[in-house]
Amino acid sequence: MKKNSHTKIIDVQGISKVFTLHERDSTQVSGFSDVHFSVNRGELLALTGVSGAGKSSILKSIYRTYLVQSGKILFHRSDKSVVDLATCTESQVLQLRKREIGFVTQFLKILPRISALQAVAAPLMETGVSEQTSLYLAADLLSRLGIREELFHISPLTFSGGEQQRVNIARGIIAPKDLILLDEPTASLDEQSSDRVLSLLEDLKEKGIAMIGIFHDRKKIKRAADKTYELTRKNNEKPFPTILEAA
Amino acid sequence: MLLEVQDVSKIYGASCGSCLELTGEEHGRAICPVCASVVAINSISLTTGKDEILGIVGESGSGKSTLLQLIYQDRIASSGKIFFNGRTDEQKQPLNILKAPPATVSHLRNKEMSMIYQNPHLGLNFLFSAGGNIAERIIGAGERRYEEIRKGALGLINRIEMETSRIDDYPEDFSGGQQQRIQIAKALSSSPKLLLLDEPTTGLDVSVQAKILDLIKELQQEMGFSMIIVSHDLGVINHLTDITVVMKHGTVVEYGLTDQILEDPQHPYTQLLVSSIL
Repeated sequence: MKKNSHTKIIDVQGISKVFTLHERDSTQVSGFSDVHFSVNRGELLALTGVSGAGKSSILKSIYRTYLVQSGKILFHRSDKSVVDLATCTESQVLQLRKREIGFVTQFLKILPRISALQAVAAPLMETGVSEQTSLYLAADLLSRLGIREELFHISPLTFSGGEQQRVNIARGIIAPKDLILLDEPTASLDEQSSDRVLSLLEDLKEKGIAMIGIFHDRKKIKRAADKTYELTRKNNEKPFPTILEAA
Repeated sequence: MLLEVQDVSKIYGASCGSCLELTGEEHGRAICPVCASVVAINSISLTTGKDEILGIVGESGSGKSTLLQLIYQDRIASSGKIFFNGRTDEQKQPLNILKAPPATVSHLRNKEMSMIYQNPHLGLNFLFSAGGNIAERIIGAGERRYEEIRKGALGLINRIEMETSRIDDYPEDFSGGQQQRIQIAKALSSSPKLLLLDEPTTGLDVSVQAKILDLIKELQQEMGFSMIIVSHDLGVINHLTDITVVMKHGTVVEYGLTDQILEDPQHPYTQLLVSSIL
């Protein structure tokens, strides 16, 4: 029995995003428009659609790295309060990012002078867990994802693409969160590594953690996702990327 | 909120009364066309929460450093209010620290807020040793026992990864990077709630810059103070800050999460700035 299943965690209501490029004569480029979906605790929603359909932009908008022009992104906190991620204050977003909303980006972005173990342990230490415990849990997670122990003390920027991606996933999920956004978590992984990642995601779902992920492989979607949201030209008014108007 | 800046302005020159309306980003100038006064800061409001790190970016002359100096009261604001750390006056009303009694202002400057300057001559007294500089601030924050002061200074010198045997050397005998480390030790010796940094690593070579920024970040996580950091280097801003303020012509043109400012900049000037990253 999944914990907290059927309680909504996020409700995206009609969000739209347009980029205005002031450096290019204020050209407007549509990111996505009128997107609706909701996710319950313990569920994984897969975002699908062709490249350029706006999948990553939606994840970034939920994380507030992108600002949306219209619509609401209602986040239901565990204390039953509801915040609109599209309009709440920056300080509120920072608080939510610390404990409630996590983001596994497509590519690892860290400083070159940090080891794999430190990179993974850091988000946990930020929540107040001791350094020793954090490093121990980080090593455990990296081993589970199939990273060789001899690599633990080396900068992950020297790793292969697939290894970097796994370090990035470990870094994104080590600290407990209620909602995790995953931007193509298995894109550059071989069959075996991908399997490890998917089984880890299944464990997270069992713990009641909700996820929104971008996936391309139908088999992986079938295995991991509870539902899918397909970005097509139908639920967006125009094909993508579209230049709406040039001022 | 730890710090609330409300409608603060700084005008150099005898204001004609309409300087604020006639300058700023929408007019594309900081000099009043009527009276030729320079409006360095034009009605700026912003807040910083506990443990938050705010970055200020903008071109030279946009008023970044002036804003820090107004908060630290190195310069006197022409108008506006600043509230800090829930401080109240005798009537239990929120205290505007810009109008606070001198004793309160010096307590704020000596203990609760610290400033690290780009130019070490502004942050350090070159007639005192490294230890003396740190001791000066520990004494200013209220400690009077010699042993405690000496112990505190040695602890900090050790923390900034410097040989404690150098405690009695004078600032001019240290390298530029070491002088910035001593400024950091001095600034943090009073356990401030807010640390203001004005281009702390500009002019240092990149390896020293990286080590100093890492040290600042570690100390912030250990000690848990808020920071406002002025830099023209978006790399520094990206590395250190949570929230970024973009300034131009003495006004704030954009305020947002640092990743949003860098990845989805809204204002034309911010877009120009971000597109100029090497």
